Amino acid sequence: MAKELLKGNEAIAEAAIRSGLEAYFGYPITPQTELLEWLSKRMPELGRTFMQAESELAAINMVYGAACTGARVMTSSSSPGISLMMEGISYIAGTEVPVVLVDVMRAGPGLGNIAPAQSDYNQIVHGGGHGDFRPIVLAPASVQESIDLTVEAFELADRYRAIVVVLIDGSIGQMMEPAELPPMRHIDRQRPTWAVTGAKDRDRRILSSIYIDPENEEETNLRILERWKEIEANEMRYKEYYLEDAELVVVGFGTAGRVALSAVRAARAEGIPVGLLRPITVSPFPYARIKELSNLACGMLVVEMNTGQMLLDVQAAVGGKIPVEFYGRMGGVVPLPDEIHEEISRLCYEPVAPSADPRESWMDRMDLAKN
Amino acid sequence: MQTEIVIAGFGGQGVLFAGQVLAYAAMDSGKEVTWIPSYGPEMRGGTANCTVIVADEEIGSPLVRHPQAVIAMNLPSLDKYEPLVAKEGTLIINSSLIERSLQREDLKSVLIPANEIAESLGDKRLTNIVMVGALLTAVPVLPLEAIEQALEDHLPERHKKLLPLNFQALRAGADLVHKEQIGQQS
Repeated sequence: MAKELLKGNEAIAEAAIRSGLEAYFGYPITPQTELLEWLSKRMPELGRTFMQAESELAAINMVYGAACTGARVMTSSSSPGISLMMEGISYIAGTEVPVVLVDVMRAGPGLGNIAPAQSDYNQIVHGGGHGDFRPIVLAPASVQESIDLTVEAFELADRYRAIVVVLIDGSIGQMMEPAELPPMRHIDRQRPTWAVTGAKDRDRRILSSIYIDPENEEETNLRILERWKEIEANEMRYKEYYLEDAELVVVGFGTAGRVALSAVRAARAEGIPVGLLRPITVSPFPYARIKELSNLACGMLVVEMNTGQMLLDVQAAVGGKIPVEFYGRMGGVVPLPDEIHEEISRLCYEPVAPSADPRESWMDRMDLAKN
Repeated sequence: MQTEIVIAGFGGQGVLFAGQVLAYAAMDSGKEVTWIPSYGPEMRGGTANCTVIVADEEIGSPLVRHPQAVIAMNLPSLDKYEPLVAKEGTLIINSSLIERSLQREDLKSVLIPANEIAESLGDKRLTNIVMVGALLTAVPVLPLEAIEQALEDHLPERHKKLLPLNFQALRAGADLVHKEQIGQQS
């Protein structure tokens, strides 16, 4: 198929349709609204279900119910709306039904603003509601990758009966880039063996997240963990740039990752041996690859559009072996390549002690820049 | 090779569409391209801008601090972007709405009375395309034919009758830059 110029939000919506999305439930919120708007037109055209719920809380519970029938379902929102969905997300995880969720992040906490941010990393990767489970989290950095990972999100959700989150920020949602959509997939009406579809001529099935007997809940927790181990073993994804001979490794996901790519190229042009690791699955997180890189490089720089959330995962992977530094912009401020380039140059020419707290030294530098 | 272009003006001046036309033309010419708008609680008459990056390889940051070329459709846009244009970069200025001269001396600048040209062609909505014609003549990152093709393919159906006028607007902007370039050479 030929490339089209597509807006991130609309590309994800159309990719979901072509992946066989049967029902969508959602509530408008900037910078995600075009996604819902696109589906509100396309889904009824195709005879599928589009429902604008009365709130995010209602939407996620409709998604929960629809997922129990074995249909391909999705919802989408932006940061404050995702917060409202947390209870439902946990129930979905506890019931082990597949759901795709799109979070187009904006700045927070609270109402914040509608500008791009990566402030939901903790909420999505390490949170996602109460109880003991982990969602698969895919972090695309371009419109094409948003399409490809949306298609994959549905496959992964089905394969592991898991929640798969497509995590982007407002700038990817609003951006237009040439991209190719997948062909329209035939909707599979065959329902999985666990789905509740009306128990006509068969034994009834019960889907629930209630396990009154603690031993049964423990067994469920273990089953979910075992499935997670399989995900960790099979579904790790990241993209590497200029790492072959890199002495300094920049780590960033999504928009921060692609901004860092510009900085890495500029620094390379000056002869600085720097490379970039862009995690695509931020959950499961590429701990092992980062650990390997920490044996080869002499320093790492984590770049995020928050105050250092993924930073802790990188530090855990590096285990204090080499210095890890941090650079972040937040509140809806997007870092520009020259800021990251400057950090790369500083690390190249003024190496830091491994014991320094990266967040504190970053705050000091931010202070200096202001005064 | 990467070229960064900012188009800035009032909401309603066709700033975002002008950027999209560039992006379509770049895509159809086999280039990598990103189009990103400033988005916010904005309205008609407020400020609007978009950044278009055209490149030969995977594009990193969709935004840059110092774009190589800026189309300033109104005075607030010139005030904002004159200090930011890259060293020896290009400014395409809508002289119909901007009277002041430039403070920087290193920039290549072109003055285009785009509103007057558009009105003389019979439709003031053509202002943005006049400016695109001027831009691509001063910074030849894409051929004008690619823009014509993009307009033909992507102008909303209800505006298709305006296609010939759009082509004229594009060429009018380009001609002014040509004349200026020839004037500078002689």
